[in-house]
Amino acid sequence: MTNSLDELYREIILDHYRSPRGKKPVDKVDIASDGQNPSCGDEIAVQVTMDDGTVKDVHVDCKGCAISIASGSMLAEYTKGKSLGEVKQLADTVKKMLKGEGDEIPPELEDLDALKGVRKFPVRIKCALLAWMTLVEGLKNYENGKTGQTPLVSTEDES
Amino acid sequence: MNPDIRNDATALKGRSGQMDIDRIKADFPILKQPVNGHRLVYLDNAATSQKPKQVIDAIVKYYNESNANIHRGLHTLAEKATSAYENVRVHAARFIGGVDNSEVIFTSGTTESINTIARTWGEKNIRSGDEIVITEMEHHANLVPWLVLSQNTGATLRRISLTPDGQLDLTNINDIITARTRLVAVAHMSNVLGTINPVADIAELAHRRGAIVLVDGAQAAPHMPVDIKQTGADFYAFSAHKMLGPTGVGVLWGRKTLLEDIPPFTTGGEMIREVRFDRVTWNDVPHKFEAGTPNIAGVIAFDRALSYLEELGMENIRSHEIELSGYAINRLLELDGIEIQGPLDPHLRGGAISFTDAKIHPHDISTFLDSRGIAIRAGHHCAQPLMRTMGKVATARASLYIYNDRMDIDALIDALKETRRYFGV
Repeated sequence: MTNSLDELYREIILDHYRSPRGKKPVDKVDIASDGQNPSCGDEIAVQVTMDDGTVKDVHVDCKGCAISIASGSMLAEYTKGKSLGEVKQLADTVKKMLKGEGDEIPPELEDLDALKGVRKFPVRIKCALLAWMTLVEGLKNYENGKTGQTPLVSTEDES
Repeated sequence: MNPDIRNDATALKGRSGQMDIDRIKADFPILKQPVNGHRLVYLDNAATSQKPKQVIDAIVKYYNESNANIHRGLHTLAEKATSAYENVRVHAARFIGGVDNSEVIFTSGTTESINTIARTWGEKNIRSGDEIVITEMEHHANLVPWLVLSQNTGATLRRISLTPDGQLDLTNINDIITARTRLVAVAHMSNVLGTINPVADIAELAHRRGAIVLVDGAQAAPHMPVDIKQTGADFYAFSAHKMLGPTGVGVLWGRKTLLEDIPPFTTGGEMIREVRFDRVTWNDVPHKFEAGTPNIAGVIAFDRALSYLEELGMENIRSHEIELSGYAINRLLELDGIEIQGPLDPHLRGGAISFTDAKIHPHDISTFLDSRGIAIRAGHHCAQPLMRTMGKVATARASLYIYNDRMDIDALIDALKETRRYFGV
């Protein structure tokens, strides 16, 4: 059966939802950022270990719907090994894709392409964005040399 | 599953007590449309009810035949519209137990009704050190106005907590409603838990302490007989759109002595008696509280909604919902991992049934059910503090009304089983 439901919950998304990546806590927390969408009740914590300007390890702890969990899992998978600049670029690409402002997902990141189905469900765009915007906030903090928790991130104004 | 339940369901198909559900369904045009290729099963009635063709026709008829502004014009249409509008006031007064017509104020809905009292009675009577009592199950509409009022005045907001099964915990009520209490604001029926609260007992205590009582009747008025005098309320608020009527119409009932004593909320046309450049006198109640052109078409169509409910009989509606809620709760409890929030005994509650699945987020449940034509609500139901109290971030909520039957509940249960399979949890 192919319908818009299966476009939203593509098999790749359900796979990330059932076994999310990045579950293991990181050994050293260089970046820590929390997000929350109060109207959904979704909550996310993102922690990153940095090594010489690149992301060495990522831990994502998400309590939320299948979309927010899958998106967080993809974030954990695809940001590892990338430089800060590359991660910011990727987050921007994901945001543009979710908002229908661009489709250019690099082929090696095909799992992320599965999030496109969210565009037909405008109220769920914020779910897919939450992990990414939470990480971006943490990166900004890190670049500015700040330590400690960032202000709580929400994506409820995004969709 | 229990075979008795299944047999019973087949036997009762289409009928519930005194009500012929198939005939009722036929009055609602929207229920005839398929949604996502399935028969529409509408179970989001606590958010808003659907409208029977009689109500929809009344709106069209008003604009076709009697549209005019009320209380001002001297022409035929103006008189027709004014008389129709004022007749609804009489009807609404009768519907809630036969109160004085002048105590019935038309508003845009429950939210405006409650804000009116918070901003007028509240600002006139609440001082620093006073206490306002609410309950932990309040909808934001009966919580935020009191929170803001207490912040603005320096009053303290206190609350009645809940028992584990979602009823008001009244064991220490004498410590909460005290001589310092000025106002108690309580829902007649919870929009999340379904709980029917003992408002008369609470009002009795509040009055003994010298406090007044506002009852949020948004969920009760559509689903059970409400006799305002028996509730003990001093103010009672409800919305037309949850009881077959149009959106943008609500009722604020208040004791005349109180209404006469408080200033208007919104000022402008209609609510005045005389205006000079340097002074103004207010119109009598209820007009003092109805500034500007109201939702005339909506109010007039609300008349048909009230008639529709009266023809069915509010006692019959309540019996139907007790029967159907009981069935729905039993069937939900057959499913592993489903937890119901609120009392399980249908005699203690209305038909708003909140539940959570241990493994699937309410939004995923709602999205999946929608693909099967089933409309429920998922989220915090405008009761974020309650969600926090319950330790939930959100719940799924199926809420029943006059056109729902066991077939609808069976469709819900089947789809919930399918949801589990789909998400592979």
